[in-house]
Amino acid sequence: MRSVKEALTASRRAPLLSILGVVTIAFSLFAFGLFGLVAINIRKALEQVEERVEVRAFLGDSTEIESVAAAMKDIGEFPEVARVEYVSREQALERARKEMGEFADVFEAGVLPASIEVYLKSGMRDPTTVKSVADRIRTYHFVDDVRYGEEWVAKLYRLRNIATVAGLALGIAFAAVAIIIIGATIRMTVLARAKEISIMRLVGATDMFIRLPFLIDGLVKGVMGGLLALVFVWVANRVVNEYFIQTIFFNREMIFLGILGGAFMGVLGSLVSVGRHLRRV
Amino acid sequence: MIRLTNVAKEYPRSGTALAEISFQVRKGEFVFLTGPSGSGKTTILKLLYMDDKPNLGEVWVNGVSSLTARGGEISRLRRRLGIVFQDFRLLEDRTAEANVRFALEVTGAPKASIAAKVSRALTQVGLASKATSYPREMSGGEQQRVAIARSLINDPFVLIADEPTGNLDERATRGVFQLLRDINASGTAVIMATHDLDLVRRSNYRTIELNHGRLVFDSAESPLAPRPSDPTMAEVEAAADTREKS
Repeated sequence: MRSVKEALTASRRAPLLSILGVVTIAFSLFAFGLFGLVAINIRKALEQVEERVEVRAFLGDSTEIESVAAAMKDIGEFPEVARVEYVSREQALERARKEMGEFADVFEAGVLPASIEVYLKSGMRDPTTVKSVADRIRTYHFVDDVRYGEEWVAKLYRLRNIATVAGLALGIAFAAVAIIIIGATIRMTVLARAKEISIMRLVGATDMFIRLPFLIDGLVKGVMGGLLALVFVWVANRVVNEYFIQTIFFNREMIFLGILGGAFMGVLGSLVSVGRHLRRV
Repeated sequence: MIRLTNVAKEYPRSGTALAEISFQVRKGEFVFLTGPSGSGKTTILKLLYMDDKPNLGEVWVNGVSSLTARGGEISRLRRRLGIVFQDFRLLEDRTAEANVRFALEVTGAPKASIAAKVSRALTQVGLASKATSYPREMSGGEQQRVAIARSLINDPFVLIADEPTGNLDERATRGVFQLLRDINASGTAVIMATHDLDLVRRSNYRTIELNHGRLVFDSAESPLAPRPSDPTMAEVEAAADTREKS
C-alpha cells in the first residue's frame, strides 16, 4: 500500500515527466499495435483466400448416380473434409455461363462434366493434406481427373509462412523497442530520485522496498500507455476504414492481451532500469 | 564490535585504495580517521557500511562479515548504523522533520512511534524549532545537524561520519563536533574521517592515520609516538620565523 502511495506521490511530484513517460510508452505501443493490426488483417485476408481451397473431382460421363452418392458419403467421412457437394453437368454449365458473362454462349450443353467439390476443414488446407485428399479421391474408378490448384496452394502457404515469421520477428523487435523506451522513461524517474534512492539504501531500506514503487509506476504507466495506444490504433483503423480499405480491429481478447502486454513491458522496463541503477549506486 | 583484518581494496582504474589494513573499534569509542585526500579514509568507511567489499581480508561489523553479508543482512545492519556525509544528503523538497522521518518510514518502522522518535532526534541535535524548515532555509551547520538527527533516529551503535565538517565554517564545525562528542558520551561509537588536524589535535580521541592506502599511525597502538602528520620541529621553527617577520 505504501509503495502504491509512493508511486503516485512520485508521479505527482514530476507530472510532466510522468505524462511524457505515458505518451512515449503509448507511441511505442502504438507502433506495435499498428503492426499488429496490419498482421491480423493480412492473416484474415490469407484465411479468406485459404477458404477457397477445394478439391474438385471430375466424373466420367457414364458414372451412375448411386456410385457418386456412395463416394460422396465416403469422402464426407474423411477427417480432413468439411463438406462435399455434387455439381451436375447442368449446374456446371449454368455456373460457367454466369462466370463468363458476355461469353456465356460459348458453352454448349453437355460440354462440361459433372463433378464432386470437396471443401476442407480449417487447418487442413496445407499442400500436403490437400494432396493426400486428392490422391485418395483419385482412386475412385469413375473419377477422370482431380484438380486442386496444387501450385497456388503451395504459394499461398509459402506466403503465409513468410508472413508468420516476418510478423513474429517484427513483433519481437517492436516489443524490444517498446521495452527499451519504457526502461528509458522509468530511468528518467529513477535518476530524478537518485538522491532519495541513495539515502534509502544508506538508512537500510531493502532493495525490494526501493524497487516496488518503480515497478508499480512502470505497471501503471504501461497500462495507461497501452490504453492510450489502443485509442490511437482505433482512430488509425477508423481512418483507414473510412478512406482506404475495409479492415478488421482487434477482438476483446487481443485488446486485453495488448494492455496486459503494456503492463508487462512497463514492469520489465522498470525492473531493468532500477536494477541497473541499484547495481551502480 | 568493528574489526578489519588484513583488508585490501583495489579499484580497476585507480589501483590500490587500501593495503593490509587491520584495526578494531570497541563499543563506545571515538576514532578519527585522518590522512591526505586519496589515502583511503572514505574507502574504509564504505567497507564499514558494506557499500563495497574488500578484495582481500575481512571486515566485521556488529557480527556481520563482509565475506558472507548479502542484501537483506546489509540492509538490517545499516538500520543499526548512523551515516553522515560532508554534503549532508538531505532531500531538498522535504522539511527537516520529513527528512528525519524518511529514515523510519522507508525501513518499515511502526507509524505510531515515528512522531515521538523524530521529535526526540531533532531535540537532541538542537533543531526542534526548525522542524518545519526546508534545507534551503537552513545554514550548513543546521543542515548537517538534520543529517545527524536522521542518522540517530534508529539508535545506532556506531555513527560513521565522512568529513562531516568539511563544508562548514569554524563556528559550525565546533558546534557539529561538540554534538558528535555528546553523542559519543551517550554511548554511541563515532568513527569520523576528517582533514581537520586542528580538530584532531584539540581532542584526545584515538587517531588512525592513513597514507596511500596504508595505516601509518594508530594512537591506540603507540600513544606517545608523534603522528606522521604532526609538524616537524623545523616546520614549527619556520612557522615561528614567519610570524616574527610579519
